[in-house]
Amino acid sequence: MIEEGRDMKIIKVLGSGCTKCEKTAEILTRLAAEAGVDVTVIKETDPAAIMGYGVMSTPAVVIDEQLVHSGSIPHRADVEAWLASA
Amino acid sequence: MLDSFTLLADWLVYDLWGLSASTKLGDALHFFIEDTTKIFALLVVMIYLIALLRASMNVESVRSWLVGKSRFVGYLMGSFFGAVTPFCSCSSIPLFLGFTSAGIPVGITMSFLLTSPLINEVAIVLLGSLLGWKFTLIYIAVGISVGVIGGIFLDLIKAEKMLQPFAAKAYIEAKQAAVKRERRRLSLAQRHQFAKDELVDIFSRVWKWVIVGVGLGAALHGFVPEGWFAQNLGQGQWWSVPAAVGLGIPLYSNATGVIPVMESLITKGLPIGTTLAFCMSTVAASFPEFILLKQVMQWKLLAILFCLLLFAFTLVGWIFNGVGLFLLAA
Repeated sequence: MIEEGRDMKIIKVLGSGCTKCEKTAEILTRLAAEAGVDVTVIKETDPAAIMGYGVMSTPAVVIDEQLVHSGSIPHRADVEAWLASA
Repeated sequence: MLDSFTLLADWLVYDLWGLSASTKLGDALHFFIEDTTKIFALLVVMIYLIALLRASMNVESVRSWLVGKSRFVGYLMGSFFGAVTPFCSCSSIPLFLGFTSAGIPVGITMSFLLTSPLINEVAIVLLGSLLGWKFTLIYIAVGISVGVIGGIFLDLIKAEKMLQPFAAKAYIEAKQAAVKRERRRLSLAQRHQFAKDELVDIFSRVWKWVIVGVGLGAALHGFVPEGWFAQNLGQGQWWSVPAAVGLGIPLYSNATGVIPVMESLITKGLPIGTTLAFCMSTVAASFPEFILLKQVMQWKLLAILFCLLLFAFTLVGWIFNGVGLFLLAA
């Protein structure tokens, strides 16, 4: 599925380290592995950095510096769509 | 309809387990089963319905409403939105920064954050079903007022000068124009999905608190003698209010856990003001919340905020102890 030479996706989970953020990171890692997409999941907890993305409700998800989601644990279908596109 | 929960408890405790209503254990168990089943049923229905209504509401739209509003309207609306917006306290810091960097005064943001833990649909369902609508209205009015007055006070003392440097800088460089108003139109299916998620999320978070709260309430109900509080911590003892507030601080709970306890305290004769003060201090003045706020506030401001809350809740307690008899009699 992965094209040759394509860069690894960088996924950031923004949030204060609460349980929901942990779950979000776990879901992303798991679904990426299932879909065979090469990703690095980073947990971003620095408030100034989170403000930089203009996010006000966490957990939020940033893929390759694009904010795709905020305010809840994402649904499976959404995650699969993000992983498939871009 | 609510009778069915009493009947269920009757059947379980008296018929199935064969306990007598006159024993302390039977009485406490009956109270526990009746209250937990009633609360769980009400929560499921109310959380779903309210979520369905407010699915299109989020903190982004609240922010665009609050930007550029006059001060007075701002505090009132900040506090009101704090009560009705779906919001998890783990988002306090991003929300604080989001509001601040849009140029919303710190006091208005704090009106939102102070009222938010005090009033929410779960608290209202519990209060309404356990203590009646009159008490619920009083509780809401007090919660909103604490948010408004707290916010006004924080702006009067120029709280924005006591933020952490990066947050203070964000406020000074605030760009109101950057906040765009976006309206979300949702289909019924999307609303249902949102409401279902909310129901699962909130219910899985609060059910254990209901059990703990009602359990404590049931223990109080069954084992503390009638009128004990009235005799020992009644109207005459002015110090009982600050003591209740002080006791509430290390006890960290959300509204869900405390409200069933309030019911028992009140029926056992603890004055309404003392009970309110205890409840609000437990819910709104907690160390974990304050540690979070340290990320954006300097110690000085945190200390001021803490004292402000203690003072406000003590005042609420004294005032309602004064007028409580009148209100409950009316």
